[in-house]
Amino acid sequence: MSEFLQHLVNMLVLGGTYALLGIGLTLIFGIMNVVNFTHGVLYTFGAYVMFMVVQQLGLNFFLALPVAVLAGWLLGAAIELTLLRPLRGSDIDTTMLVMIGAWIAMQSGTLWIWGGVAKAVATPFPEAPLVLGPVSVSWLRLFVLIAAALLILVTYLLINRTSLGRAMRATFQDHDTASLMGVNVDMIYTSTFAIGSSLAAAAGALLGPVYVIFPQMGDLAAVKAFAIVILGGLGNITGAVIGGFILALAEELGAGYVSSGYRDAMGFLIIIAVLIFRPTGLFARAERVG
Amino acid sequence: MRAISTIVAVAALASVPLWLRDPYLLNALITTGIFIIGAMSLNLLLGFTGQLSLGHIAFFGIGAYVSALTSLGFDVGLPGDFRLVHAPWPPIAGFVLGVVVAGLCGYFVGLLSFRVRGAYFVIVTISFAEVVRLVALNWVELTQGPLALTNIPSIALPLPGFGEFTLRTKMHNYYLVLVVALIAYLLIARLVHSHFGRAMRGLMENETLAISVGIDVTRTLTIAAVISAAIAGAAGSLYAHYIRIIDPEVFAFINTVTMVIMVISGGKGSLAGPVVGGLIFGLLPVALRPVMAPEAQWIAYGGVLIAILFLLPRGIVPSLTQRLGRRLGRTSARAPVALTETAAKEPA
Repeated sequence: MSEFLQHLVNMLVLGGTYALLGIGLTLIFGIMNVVNFTHGVLYTFGAYVMFMVVQQLGLNFFLALPVAVLAGWLLGAAIELTLLRPLRGSDIDTTMLVMIGAWIAMQSGTLWIWGGVAKAVATPFPEAPLVLGPVSVSWLRLFVLIAAALLILVTYLLINRTSLGRAMRATFQDHDTASLMGVNVDMIYTSTFAIGSSLAAAAGALLGPVYVIFPQMGDLAAVKAFAIVILGGLGNITGAVIGGFILALAEELGAGYVSSGYRDAMGFLIIIAVLIFRPTGLFARAERVG
Repeated sequence: MRAISTIVAVAALASVPLWLRDPYLLNALITTGIFIIGAMSLNLLLGFTGQLSLGHIAFFGIGAYVSALTSLGFDVGLPGDFRLVHAPWPPIAGFVLGVVVAGLCGYFVGLLSFRVRGAYFVIVTISFAEVVRLVALNWVELTQGPLALTNIPSIALPLPGFGEFTLRTKMHNYYLVLVVALIAYLLIARLVHSHFGRAMRGLMENETLAISVGIDVTRTLTIAAVISAAIAGAAGSLYAHYIRIIDPEVFAFINTVTMVIMVISGGKGSLAGPVVGGLIFGLLPVALRPVMAPEAQWIAYGGVLIAILFLLPRGIVPSLTQRLGRRLGRTSARAPVALTETAAKEPA
């Protein structure tokens, strides 16, 4: 029983960052109809920004997170402006392949800049975990969970309570009509991609210190993000949050009770099962953002 | 005209080992040839049915593993105290089994994944390849996991009356790959020019219209997937018996991407496209090796992919044939171009 409780606690920590990854991707996928293969690289990029700020510049750990979010935002906006804006209106396969090209180039870029050796980030948290009855959780992981929850909340408010969010929702429903109503659709696309990218970078900056940082770390993260998006339904933010926690639970239980080698297979099996039995996602009554 | 240029191209390719003595370049040509076979099989799906499968390496890897395991033999325990023991068979039997099993996998994957389209289809196929990779990595008793299957025997051709002829040297393997590639090319050419090929193109252009004129879309797609997977399996088998060692990294996503780049750059939906694109992208790392660090090479690789999509979205071969056709004042060269243009406008 205590083992099961421990798995649940681990699931919460993992699920928070998975939800961040999923929200970013579902926004881009839902609003722009772009299958964003650079999502995993932005996750890696966020982790390396964390490493750079803390280890190479010697600055504060808590400062590194907003820096990573901002860097992700800028890189995302740059990708959108240079690669996606000129391709507006071309078919989904073309943009997907351009994104794959960008992913290969950027991943090799991180390898070139920081090398292939895995990096660790020192954290200001105590080594000893927080013990609560039968379960224990490290302070770092607790911080990750809280930061992820805050970021999810901020994103939710951004989408539902601001005029930018309203314009994003309108663009998702019908970009032609939104454009007729005076929404600057090009600007919405750039913002959407930048916000999604900054969330991926945040997830990487949060999970990087928990594990180690290496150039290919984003590959699996990207596929997991796809699993979460499919699970939650296209463009469905609440679905992405729930999907993130379901994937984390499946992985924890799969690793705990089946075999740790198949931990990463859970996401793929979920994708295959959901698309075969319920292709619109688990929570899709109507496809909409928000 | 087309037949003559094909014969000239084949003759040119066949002459290569006669004047090229550098083993490194010959090796690069052999592995490139193997990947071109894979790219041709991918083109059958991507170029002629419009389905972008990003899990294609799974069939290549399955062909490689099945072929290697058939010729090496194995002894694994199954649930319920069963043991599956297999004594080594000749590699040629492994090749045949590799093709058959890859084709069967293509059937089942097609059956499941053609229920969805567009981005979802892409993601299902990626997931399938990753699951297969994880099985190859974790089923250590069968596949040796990350330790790799080693000492895979070279393919030996049975010659009635003369015993066996083992393909040991690079030159032997070059001709083997060339022959298999030629067979695959002719098979695909025959297929796309048949009634079945027209059904494939029809559903690529407009699926609803294709259904309304009586094309069984799922059946057509599944048959295309089986043939495509079987050819990819053949390429995988050649790879396993040539390199003689395989590990789960054969399933890496980047290998699928390599095939996709070959198809897209050469021109999807063009028979010669994957060959031209494959030769360029297969030999590009060789050309870049003396002048660039490996990481920079990959950056260039990604950059070239983006550049091709921006500058030559239809691919090299269709762009060139159109330009050539225009210069010769023929209008017939425009027809296939118009075909792909309508397909591109179709919302995915």
